[in-house]
Amino acid sequence: MEGLAAFRHDPRHYQIIVLSSLVLIGVFYYAFQLPWWHVVGVMIGAQATQFIGDRAVGRRYDPRSPLISALSLTILLRTGSIWLSIAAAILAIGSKCLIRVKGKHIFNPANFGLVIISLLFTGAWISPGQWGAAPIFAIALAGMGGIVTGKAKRWDVSLAFLGFYAALVFGRAIWLGDPFAIPVHQLQSGALLIFTFFMISDPKTTPDARMARIIYAALVALIGFTIQFGFYNSAGIIMALILTAPIVPLFDKFIQGQRYSWPKFSLPKSKGVSHETVQIPAE
Amino acid sequence: MKLSKYLLSSALIATSLSLAPSAGAFCGFYVAKADTDLFNQSSKVALVRDGDRTVITMANDYIGDPTEFAMVIPVPTVIKKEQVHISDASLLDHLDAYTAPRLVEYFDDNPCERIMYEMAARSMSSVADEIVVTGAKRDKQLKVTVLESFSVGEYDIQILSAEESDGLQIWLEENGYKIPAGATKILGSYIKQDMKFFVAKVNLERKAKEGGEMLRPIAVAYESPKFMLPIRLGTVNANGTQDLFVYALTKDGKVETTNYRTHKIPSDKELPIFVKDEFGDFYKDMYKTSAEREGGHGVFMEYAWDMNWCDPCAADPLSNDQLRELGVFWLEDDSGKPGIMPRRRGPKSLAKDVFVTRLHVRYDAKSFPEDLKFKTTGDNTNFQGRYILRHAFEGEMNCPEAEDYITRVNKRKETEIKTLANLTGWSRGYIRDKIKAGEKGGFLIPVKDKPKTDWWNKIWPGDD
Repeated sequence: MEGLAAFRHDPRHYQIIVLSSLVLIGVFYYAFQLPWWHVVGVMIGAQATQFIGDRAVGRRYDPRSPLISALSLTILLRTGSIWLSIAAAILAIGSKCLIRVKGKHIFNPANFGLVIISLLFTGAWISPGQWGAAPIFAIALAGMGGIVTGKAKRWDVSLAFLGFYAALVFGRAIWLGDPFAIPVHQLQSGALLIFTFFMISDPKTTPDARMARIIYAALVALIGFTIQFGFYNSAGIIMALILTAPIVPLFDKFIQGQRYSWPKFSLPKSKGVSHETVQIPAE
Repeated sequence: MKLSKYLLSSALIATSLSLAPSAGAFCGFYVAKADTDLFNQSSKVALVRDGDRTVITMANDYIGDPTEFAMVIPVPTVIKKEQVHISDASLLDHLDAYTAPRLVEYFDDNPCERIMYEMAARSMSSVADEIVVTGAKRDKQLKVTVLESFSVGEYDIQILSAEESDGLQIWLEENGYKIPAGATKILGSYIKQDMKFFVAKVNLERKAKEGGEMLRPIAVAYESPKFMLPIRLGTVNANGTQDLFVYALTKDGKVETTNYRTHKIPSDKELPIFVKDEFGDFYKDMYKTSAEREGGHGVFMEYAWDMNWCDPCAADPLSNDQLRELGVFWLEDDSGKPGIMPRRRGPKSLAKDVFVTRLHVRYDAKSFPEDLKFKTTGDNTNFQGRYILRHAFEGEMNCPEAEDYITRVNKRKETEIKTLANLTGWSRGYIRDKIKAGEKGGFLIPVKDKPKTDWWNKIWPGDD
């Protein structure tokens, strides 16, 4: 029973379950342009990079975070070649290991891999329209479910982002004199909701203090909205996150808060091992 | 009316086929009748895109009085005379034929000596309709600026910018454009998004000089990061749904919609033989059923292919000259080279850097509140709407394998009935009746149930 409690305690397990379900729905029900070997390639690429990174700094290898990054990549990134998928996974986890300020990595790993690969290669792209309207409620429900059950530790950034973004698209509609059906349709985007509940909410790359997170969410929403509607790039919010990530250390410097770390008594079989507590926490 | 429209459509098909004299030579013969009158209230648009450069060709099969014809289209930039070109309707028809969903036939051989032959077929295309308003005079002073005014072919074209939707609406009405009630707000939205308005009417004198029944397609080239098609004005007073066919031509790969999900049309389905004579009805009902499963509307990809080849071919791939005429600006001039490219069964030489995506959109104002926004992806895997007829061997079979073959064929036919019913919503009873009524393609009679024939029955078959 203690194992189950430990399983439920770590919010990453909830994320893994939800994201895996989305990958399965995407592949089997929505016939995404996502061959299974790409999924495997991304998984292996992410885990291998994490393993090497952990070995390099003498930290215990933990497969859960790279699994989440790999799942996010398979949901949001489409490529014409497995090598690009693997490269995205290596870039994602590599950025986490290498681009760090004061012990905290700067970029959300999946976001970094996604944007860099899709900007560099025409054979890789982000497909924001791949979800129909039907699973929107399911994704929203899963996201809200995470908040209600306390699985999402940075729920404030999710809700703040969604609130600001909704205000912007509704504001635009009012200014243009458009019917509200248009902003409602714009908010019913699977990619937007996955981003909101499973990417921007990453506790490791958001500011430590709540106030800073709210301001940060507003900034991401504003920049994402501008890229989307001013520069006509449908992946606006995903771009916005990578653009704003470098200023997170500034937020942490001026508005201080509690640094997040994943629960340490994670795997049931390792309970009671004393040296566990002195290890560098998993990423 | 229905008949005349049908005849006109057939005439168009005849033209496009005569452009492709080798049609049929490689892939057998056409089994399905070309029926271009399937989707009423539809428009055809070819969309060439690379980087920010776009060439859009809009076709219409407007058959009414030319004085009644006019169109109002929001465009992202100012358009000058050199950016407008009068195109040839047969090009779009050819593109339509090349990308059309297709019926393929396979013939089982005698199970005692098995060889398969593949036969291909062309199918259907679509008819076009444009946003039709009306036109006559001109007036100013409503904060409407006529940025450009010129004539190309049979059309008088003006490019407008406006500051207020009311002013624009009055200007359009005073100039004889009938603007549907409810369009003012949409015009206002486009004005604020800094869109210009491309308005065109038919110049009767020039039309008389040009001759011909049809109004020719208008092609417009412009540079803008906006990769979209404005559909909102057309939904204002339309009854029910409308159909739009987009033929996107890119360098890199498939085009998909970013603000609506792009579905793949069901494909590679085996169907009962009688569908051969009713392919048009089948496809129409299958499309309707697929759309209904998405709430009565949707964006469906019907074809996505490298323009160098096809398998099977519904029509020849377009030649470089034809593609250039459609605005594929990155292709080199091949006028010095011999003839049109022959159809091929494999991507042997990738001479053309052109990937075509055919999107069939069924929309109404409620389900498609926003204009269509597109994106070019790096996905260049081929896809086609392809439906298969498998003819069973119906001759005499004298070998032990026959029994087993007949059982398999009848099982296959049961599956085909289920597939057809599922795809089209037709009842299984109706399908069974159709199969029974057909001369061929019925269930095979197991050997043990056949009346026994002795060798002497065959000597005098005419005797009772």
